[in-house]
Amino acid sequence: MQNNLKPYWPIGTVYGALLNFKREWDLRAPQMSEAPHKGAPKAPVLFIKTANTFTASGDSIAIPANVPEVDVGANLAWVFGADARVVACVLVNDVSIPHESYYRPPVKFKCVDGFLGVSAKCKPVAEVQTDALVLTVKVNGHTVQSVSYADTVRASQKLFADISEFMTFQEGDVLLLGSDCLPDGKRPRAKVGDVVEISAPGFESLVNEFVGEAA
Amino acid sequence: MKHARIAWTGAVHEAVESNGELLLTHSPWAGKRLKFDEVVWLPPMAPVQQARTILALGLNYADHAKELAFKAPEEPLVFVKGEASLIGHKALTRRPQGVTHMHYECELAVVIGRTAKHVKKENAYDYVGGYTVANDYAIRDYLENWYRPNFRVKNRDTCTPIGPWLVDAKDIHDVYGSPMNLSLQTTVNGKVTQSGHTSDMIFDVPTLIEYFSAFMTLQPGDLILTGTPDGVVNCEVGDVIVTCIEGVGDLINTLGE
Repeated sequence: MQNNLKPYWPIGTVYGALLNFKREWDLRAPQMSEAPHKGAPKAPVLFIKTANTFTASGDSIAIPANVPEVDVGANLAWVFGADARVVACVLVNDVSIPHESYYRPPVKFKCVDGFLGVSAKCKPVAEVQTDALVLTVKVNGHTVQSVSYADTVRASQKLFADISEFMTFQEGDVLLLGSDCLPDGKRPRAKVGDVVEISAPGFESLVNEFVGEAA
Repeated sequence: MKHARIAWTGAVHEAVESNGELLLTHSPWAGKRLKFDEVVWLPPMAPVQQARTILALGLNYADHAKELAFKAPEEPLVFVKGEASLIGHKALTRRPQGVTHMHYECELAVVIGRTAKHVKKENAYDYVGGYTVANDYAIRDYLENWYRPNFRVKNRDTCTPIGPWLVDAKDIHDVYGSPMNLSLQTTVNGKVTQSGHTSDMIFDVPTLIEYFSAFMTLQPGDLILTGTPDGVVNCEVGDVIVTCIEGVGDLINTLGE
């Protein structure tokens, strides 16, 4: 599927799962029955990271001029091969303009040019214990978050099964398995000049510097 | 010119419309003429190297927003679709068993023609490659108020028929002045159920291109589905739904299970 000498680059549609960590779910649970949601989500809540968002590890990510800081969304992602079978795992940074409301689709917050850091190397899925993996997020060398995939609402196979009920992953498609929040419900933030590193045991780290938008 | 992509005798071909027939344009069948019912119709856009961006508008006609009991949005209500939801003209779209409300949405689809970033409204048509018709089905049984309209409603396999033609932007601009001057109509089993006009869009095509390209770079082959007017009704298995846009095409779809 990919040449090992060339850095990994997504060719399919990149899907992401929202609210897939228990901490964020529990923090929001008391308000889920209220307007505008009027009930907890039943199916997985999904979004797409469009192709204009992809940024290679080592390249910089521009923060729009009117945005003081962005959310860092450290994710383990699955990469699909033929017959909707997961073949590989990769680390990504689902960057977002911070937004409180999950009512309307987050296109203007999540589909900004450059807003998906993508590690250069995939790992065969057979070598990864997806639901036990722990990611470490560092900003300027300081650890700001530890993300454990033991803490998800839907474990990876369950998430995959619930999405596959209504859509079929194509070869090259990617599924972000979720990003956790901090105890205050927010995600780690990055501002212009920060260097964000996402790492996990056995994975090549994903590093991106955040820069100001070119005039 | 009206362009199509078709499957015929074991291969995919490019074709154009010519005197009520398909005219194949590439070797080894360049010049070959085929009847419309001799081929399998595929989505008409040329393949792209990585998955195309498909933006779709909700509530972009004032009457439809009213029909669904929403006030008109102050900025475009947009969601993104995966390329795998697309299917061609005369295809079968799957209606899940047991659902109570599945409706079509006849939409003008804009196909981007050149890389668009920070485009101003007044230049927006320079970035349009062509137009086609999309039928952006929704299954209301699955609506949830989380990133609404949610993927279970809007990103289902086979649920976005598109085509039959990719019509060059210039043809529409020359004949109609702009894409904001086209009538839309849907029939179900021959009966008219939806009538509208692109002039009633809340955010017109140039406004949408300016809005999106302000924060996301659009590439050739990317799509903007511009929303649907009033008049959506539930359809059942076996129904034949024809979504028509003046000058662009009549897109036929049948519901199956």
